[in-house]
Order: sequence, then C-alpha cells, then structure tokens
Amino acid sequence: MPKPVCVSPGLTVTPLRKTAGTFMLTASATLLSTMAMAIQRFPKPEFESAYTQPQTQIPLPRGEFLAYLDVFVLFASLCLITWLVLKKRSRFWVFFMSLFSLAYFGFYREGCICSIGAIQNVSLALFDHSFVIPLSVIAFFLLPLVFTLFYGRTFCAGVCPFGAFQDLFAFKPQALGSRLNTVLGIIPYLYLGLAVLFAATGTDFIICRYDPFVGIFRFNASFGMFLFAGILLLSGVFIARPYCRFLCPYGVLLNWTSRFSRKHLSITPKECIQCRLCEHSCPYDAIDVPVTTKSPETRPAMVKKMMMLTILVPFLVLIFGYTGSRLQETFAGVDSRVKLAKEVLALSKMQDAGNKMQDDSYEIKAFKASGKTESQVYSEASAVLKKFYVGGWLFGGFIGLAIALMTGGRMLPVYRTDYVTNKGRCFSCARCTDYCPVKS
Amino acid sequence: MPNRREFLNTLMRGGILAALGMLSGALVFRSRDKNSCSYGFDCSRCSKSESCSLPAAIEARQTVWQLDPAKCIQCGRCATNCVMSPSAVKCTHAFAMCGYCDLCGGYFKPGTKALDTAAEHMLCPTNALRRKFIEDPFFEYTIAEELCIGCGKCVKGCSAFGNGSLQLQVHHDRCKNCNECSIARNCPSQAFSRVPANKPSLLKTFGNESPAKVPQKGGVNA
Repeated sequence: MPKPVCVSPGLTVTPLRKTAGTFMLTASATLLSTMAMAIQRFPKPEFESAYTQPQTQIPLPRGEFLAYLDVFVLFASLCLITWLVLKKRSRFWVFFMSLFSLAYFGFYREGCICSIGAIQNVSLALFDHSFVIPLSVIAFFLLPLVFTLFYGRTFCAGVCPFGAFQDLFAFKPQALGSRLNTVLGIIPYLYLGLAVLFAATGTDFIICRYDPFVGIFRFNASFGMFLFAGILLLSGVFIARPYCRFLCPYGVLLNWTSRFSRKHLSITPKECIQCRLCEHSCPYDAIDVPVTTKSPETRPAMVKKMMMLTILVPFLVLIFGYTGSRLQETFAGVDSRVKLAKEVLALSKMQDAGNKMQDDSYEIKAFKASGKTESQVYSEASAVLKKFYVGGWLFGGFIGLAIALMTGGRMLPVYRTDYVTNKGRCFSCARCTDYCPVKS
Repeated sequence: MPNRREFLNTLMRGGILAALGMLSGALVFRSRDKNSCSYGFDCSRCSKSESCSLPAAIEARQTVWQLDPAKCIQCGRCATNCVMSPSAVKCTHAFAMCGYCDLCGGYFKPGTKALDTAAEHMLCPTNALRRKFIEDPFFEYTIAEELCIGCGKCVKGCSAFGNGSLQLQVHHDRCKNCNECSIARNCPSQAFSRVPANKPSLLKTFGNESPAKVPQKGGVNA
C-alpha cells in the first residue's frame, strides 16, 4: 500500500523536524485562528493495520412522543385535580396530587416545559413567523387556561410544580392585609408585560432565565439562583406561595380567566352558616369576608367616583404608555443585536480617531468573520429599537390599565353576606373546605 | 332565569374561550403558512439554503438546540454559560475528517517542544482528549465525554491547524433543551439555533462528502 504523499507534519520523528513542525503550528494557529471552515489540510490516512475507524455518535434528544406523553399527563392531572377539588373537596387528596405533580413535572421533567414559560413561546411565535412552536407547548399554554375558565384555578392547586413546591413550605402563613396584597399584586403584571415584551421582540426569555425553582429541580444552578430560590422558599414559611401570588406572570392570566369561571371551589357545600371557622383558614388571603353594611354613599358621590374612574383609566394608560416608550433604549439595550451595534459603532469611532483597538471582543471577532457590513448591523439594531418603541407603549399602557383597574376595583362598593373564595386569587387548594362544619 | 351578573359572566367566558380558540388556531396554522419564511420556502432565492433547517423544523414540530461548528469561533463561552455545570456542549470528533496526525493541533499546545503526554504540553485542561497509537505515523484521538467541559480549546487548535475534525456539539443526553438556550443568548457568532429534533446534529463535513445522518440505536451517525 502506498504511503500518503502529504502526511501530517509529525510523520518524521527526527527532533529537528519536530521543532520545525512546532514552529509551523504556532505560526498557523495565529494566522488561521479566525478561519473555522472545514479545510482538508491532511488527507484521510490509509491504514495498513486492521484499524477500523470508529463512528461519531451524538446522543439523540428525548423521544418526541414523550412530549405528547407530558401533555397527556397534564390533561389527566387537570381532570383529576378538578374532580378532587370540586367533587371530592378533599385537601388530603389534593395534597397528594400536588406531590405527584412536584415529582413528575418538577423533579422528573425538571420544570420544563411549563405553562408559565409557554407564555414566551406563544408571544414569540405570534410575532416571529420563523419560530416553530411545538404543539405540546401550545397545549401546555392553553389547557390550564381552559380548565380555569370552567373550574377555577385548579391548575395552581396541584398540577403546577412551582405551586406544589411552595405549598409544602407554608407552615406559618401570615395575613398580609388587602392593601399590601393589592400593591404587591402589581408585580406579576409588570413581570408578564416585560416577559411578553422581551419574548415578542426575540430578545430574551426572562421567565425561564429567572426561574427560581428549575435549578432546584435539576440540582444544578448558579449560586445566585439557588439563593433566590432559598429566599423565596424561606419567606414562603410566612408569606405562603410568594412566587404564585407576587411574581407568577401566568397567574395574571389565570386570575382573570378564573373570575369568569363557570364553577369554582366554594368553602361550604351548602349554605354558609356564618360560623367564621374558615375566616383565617386561607394561607393566601383569598377568602372575602362578608360586608353586610350597604355602602352609605349617595348616588351623586358614586357618579363622581365613576367620573373620576373614566378619566383615570385613559390618563394612567397614556402616562404609563408614554413612560414605556421613553424606556425603549433601556429595554433595547438588553438585546444582543443592539449590543453588537453599539460595539461596532464604538469600534468604528475608535478607528476614525486613529486609535488602535488592543484586543477585539469575541463579538467583534465574530462580526468580522461573519462578513456582515456595519450598515447591516445598524439597520438590524434600529429595527429592534423600533419594535421596542411600539412594545414600550403597549407595555406601559398595559401596566397603566392594570393599575387603573386595581384602583377602580378598590373604589367600587362591596356587598356580600357570606364567606366566599375570591375567584381571582383563590388557588383552589381546598384547605378551607376542611374548616367548614357543614358537610354534604 | 339567570341574573345580569351571571349573564355577563357567561358572555365574558364565551369571549375568552373564543379568543383562546383563535390564538391556538393562529399558532397551529401559522407555522404552515408561507409567510413563516421570508422567501416563501423558495430555497433557490435564499442565501442560506444549505444550512436552513426551517422546513425540516416545521415538519418535525419539535426542536432542539444545536450549534453550527461552521459559525463557531471557539470563544469558550459554551463551557461557562450553560445552565448545566459542566456544560451540555461537548467536543465531538468527526473521525471521518481526522488526519490522524502525530502533531495534532488540537492535542498539543502551540509552541510545545516535546510531543509527549506531559500535562504542560496538552491543550485539553481536563485530559478529556485521549490519543492512541494506531500505526506509524497515525494516532487516533478520542474524547472522554464525561471529562469534556466544552471549552473548545482543542476545537480551536484543530480548526486552525488541522482538518477541523474536532467540533463542538450540544449533547442532547445532557442538554435540558431550555426554552431559550443560555449559551445561545451569549454566543457572539449566533452559532446556536433550534434544529429539528429528528436531525439534532450539525457536524460539518468536507464539501465532497455527504454525511449519512441515519439515526441509530442511542445516537446518530454523523
């Protein structure tokens, strides 16, 4: 068998040639470092021995059908938990159901894909047509919403692994009072707005990035995320389910769908006997106490309030929308395309001034290797900036509307005779049913 | 007879249901829409016709993260930016491209005086790249995957001096397939993309060889 003509430089084993080869290696490494293309510098060897070349193996991803198994488990869990909450009315079994969800969706599936994060996939898919959204993700986004629309937030009770996890830590829940609950309740709206804004512009998936519990499910996270999770879980001893109540962006959607739900967990199966036993049973401040004194306000006073509200809503929407649009550069500064444009701009300014850059950053190196022109980078960045201008208006307007509606909700007169669950905030955990002495 | 409040509730419920239905319809049918490609799937007009995985991804409906070694500049961020520690990105050896050199640019540090296995001569910081004598003058290079941290030092050396047979790839047994890849966000050359789950590797080959990407038991041929 003939020996290959062009062989690797290490073929000859004399010390001299080796040194020469080493020198070549050093020189070429610096010369060709930017070239990453496959170049056949050395021919495929022809082996004389009985050597067989191994095959390159790359592990396959998780089987595709398993994604549909997840959807099936989600659907079955939702059916079961709804039955447990609404028909069986048993905290005991809801608890075990939540343990199963924690084990399956939490520790086995490692919290991914989850319904909360699916918000981002849905937003990105709506705005970026080249983004392929798997059917399983659509199912994860929609199924809990549809169930909530008919039966209340049973998803939160024992299917969501994040809720189930925090529920285990609610040892000494303290009542926060309606004012604090309302004010802290604004945060999920901000989180949802930002998550949709960044996902729709293709900038970032902040829900996944700052998810506190996924790291615990994987036993693998940065120190900061472990710290965040630890703080949340420990504060969860006193403030039950802090993530669900004051952070969860999906909770905003569930809250609003649940308000119009067809059926909902009720504290008592029959009629409330005003025994007040359930009054402090809810760890989440989601039981509305009776307000039997009719509002003493006169009709003109009410009209005045409504007038104020009709002015307040558009005013807040405009003010916040304007503020949001003014933040476009701050928001867009997070985007990698805008960051690159800034670096390229700084580089060309330096070059114009005649200064030599010491070392190009990896971004600049990659930009130079990609063969893109500067104007291409700038136009991409300005397109992103434009998106953030519109997005900033919408985001701000959304926050303004949320605040206005919350203020309005507090201004409206309330009249109720019974202890009832707050359909928006109630997680349907079924704790209160155990306190009710009326049994069906 | 339902009262006014119940009637309004039913109305709202119907509205939300209709909105959700429209949303799901848009999501399901949009990606089959010709608009999802700016060239209307006419690949002859598009510059990236070879590397585009969009039609296949739409067909597969499930995607995984993979990095394109042709775009990779071996910055080393794969080792540090993955949510997993050590990273899910590891070096993969495309044996078909390897020259089996004695003086391997991916194995030895540049400027090394002696070609032996002393730690100070080797590029790999974790001794994951192993070499085995086959026959004069050829050496086989294999990667101990459990040791590889995906730093790409050997990849840089191999692509600068050798055939570029050492390449970084996302290993899907370790990758959590995060909703958004944390490395992709920090990749300076946008080498990461979502690829169809049934074709999860993007190993580069020499132009004249067509890679046989037939899935095998436990892995794919690359």
